[in-house]
Amino acid sequence: MAASPKLTRRQLLKGTAAAGALGMLGGLRWTDQAWAAGKVKMGFIFVGPRDDYGYNQAHFEGKSAVAKLDWVKAFDEEKVPETIEVQKTMESMVKLDGAQVLFPTSFGYFDPHILKVAPQYPTIQFLHCGGLYQEGKHPKNAGSYFGYIDESQYIAGIVAGGMSKSGKLGFVAAKPIPQVLRNINNYTLGARSIRPNCTTNVIFTGGWSLPVREAEATNSLVDQGIDVITCHVDSPKVVMTTAEKRGIYCTGYHCNQSKLAPKGYLTGAEWNWAKVYMDYADMIRKGQPVPHLVRGGLKEGIVKVSDYNQVVTEAVRKQADAAKDKFMSGGMVVYKGPIKDNTGRVVIAAGTEHVQTDMWLESMDWLVEGVIGSTKS
Amino acid sequence: MPQTLNKALEPFLIIVGSLMVSMVLFGVFVASAGADPFEVYQTMYRAAFGTTFSWQNTLIRAAPLMLTALCTALPGYLGLIIIGGEGAVVMGGLVAAIAALAIPTAPPMVVLTTMAVAGMVAGGLWLIIGGALRHYRAVNETISSLLLNYIAIAVLNHFVTSTFRDPESLNHPSTHHIGEANMIGVIPGTDLHWGLVLGVVACVIAWFLMHHTVFGFASQIAGGNVRAAQIAGLPVGRLILIICFLAGAAGGLAGMVEVAAIHGRANDTLNANYGYAGILVAFVARNNPLAIIPVAVLLGGIRASSGLLQRAHELPDATVLVMQGIIFLVILFSETLYGRFSRLQKQGVS
Repeated sequence: MAASPKLTRRQLLKGTAAAGALGMLGGLRWTDQAWAAGKVKMGFIFVGPRDDYGYNQAHFEGKSAVAKLDWVKAFDEEKVPETIEVQKTMESMVKLDGAQVLFPTSFGYFDPHILKVAPQYPTIQFLHCGGLYQEGKHPKNAGSYFGYIDESQYIAGIVAGGMSKSGKLGFVAAKPIPQVLRNINNYTLGARSIRPNCTTNVIFTGGWSLPVREAEATNSLVDQGIDVITCHVDSPKVVMTTAEKRGIYCTGYHCNQSKLAPKGYLTGAEWNWAKVYMDYADMIRKGQPVPHLVRGGLKEGIVKVSDYNQVVTEAVRKQADAAKDKFMSGGMVVYKGPIKDNTGRVVIAAGTEHVQTDMWLESMDWLVEGVIGSTKS
Repeated sequence: MPQTLNKALEPFLIIVGSLMVSMVLFGVFVASAGADPFEVYQTMYRAAFGTTFSWQNTLIRAAPLMLTALCTALPGYLGLIIIGGEGAVVMGGLVAAIAALAIPTAPPMVVLTTMAVAGMVAGGLWLIIGGALRHYRAVNETISSLLLNYIAIAVLNHFVTSTFRDPESLNHPSTHHIGEANMIGVIPGTDLHWGLVLGVVACVIAWFLMHHTVFGFASQIAGGNVRAAQIAGLPVGRLILIICFLAGAAGGLAGMVEVAAIHGRANDTLNANYGYAGILVAFVARNNPLAIIPVAVLLGGIRASSGLLQRAHELPDATVLVMQGIIFLVILFSETLYGRFSRLQKQGVS
């Protein structure tokens, strides 16, 4: 029996060699690239699942729209963390799939990941969602695009304020950062534009995707007497379904969640990435230079508002549509003084205006009067 | 000689056999999802090990797992199940970044050494909490180390949004950058940062410590039977604290590497679940530090192949999670096979 271990070991070696050879064969067979030539090849990278009813689904819907064009080859990867893994995913899309343009869609992909990979592939376009691109500081083949979704939140706020019985609105928010604060403030300002005593209760969960805490926050807000709720987290799914279960109204965010809350989903602030991605694809096909910064709101078609639920009354629809028309014509200024924050301090003096593109708004660190909550954690 | 060979051969055969069974089960799963399992395996191979780029992709993902696996593997020698690797990574990364920012004018080598020491001490002290609660207060170490993860993440979020926040990090609260000059570079001729080497070296040192020193021997005795170890006069409490410190130090080092090689700052991306993936690695490697290296590479390869699976076969990312889950369950089941192969046992006796 003493010879037996040797035998086993030899068999093992043989087996390993055979497995290796088989593997190499597999490798060889797969080296050919079957993608049709002449197509615009676009790679999309998502930080969460494609079907999250939120941030990632909004981008996936945009990707699906361009993928339908017969001159586009679009591919995507979901749940890619904001670590070195996204660098490898970008490189893999360029090297193995021949991507010409990449859309790494999560905010945290830009610095340091895109900034590190883009200079290594100067012929590839790296277009990032988030508006962080700075001329002269960042690689020439990088760019960014973003939408003023707070405009849609303003409209949703009007609908929420108009439909609320108690005049108390709820907002489940991820983190007290400028983008989120701006949505909360616009929502509140929208509601107060038609109902000046409206208030918004805010709960910050501390993270972008914390479903359990989001459900707890929603329940807690309902218990405090709010009767319309919205949110700014990666996936509004839990907030919407919890609101529907509790029998209150909700307004959506990122994409259309009316399926999740058919009774209570009044309207919602949605991205319209399909338009942005179609425009980019067209520019690349025609060989036009791709702009480094693409930004816009309702007027530019980058954001939209969900169709109103049938329960939304005619009077409220009219008020919301009037504001929408004003945005569409470019005549709307949300941040027009006098505006106080919720501690009573005047943040925008009477006679001062901050238009949508004003950089001052990008570093917002206050909550407008009528918001119940604090930016301090 | 045959005895030691058999000792190594039994787990080797059982683990390889388990992996084979897992592959068959996963193949059935893939087929039921409408994809050709052979093509899927070819794609996975191509994405994980097929080219130089694939290998680098795999190894770079394996690097942090080697260190975080030690967080679970080392306490395993004492019979402790510690799953606090995530917290150690987060604390290590945060404290390493703060340490670097405290000495802005020091030369890069000094900064990196300080960061490594600070990160390791922070991670080590973090896991010592779990070990101490276990030894002095009989608190279940698995639960406490798991809960410590959430506390660590909360501590990180608190400091990067307040005391140590770079005011320019508007929409992604982070600490200041540690400076490009202080970043860990890549291994010449590759795309891989030096974290991989640190991972391999740490695993080898851990193996030597646990299998070839008196300290390791004492730990194994204490892990086998605490009473017996105490009667024999072994300082069980001290062993627990030291092992937990070393385990946490490995995780802290992983956090330091994330900051110094990739991000340049500490922020919420430190919480990338490397700590949890490390538990799986330690488990499949049966807590053996040397076995951690190939298992981490295997898991890195599985993670690396996810992307191509999604793009070439339109399978969801969860596919590779299913594969990891199947491997985990089959390995768990295979635990019952040890000592059942009489051929191996008899040879062991002879």
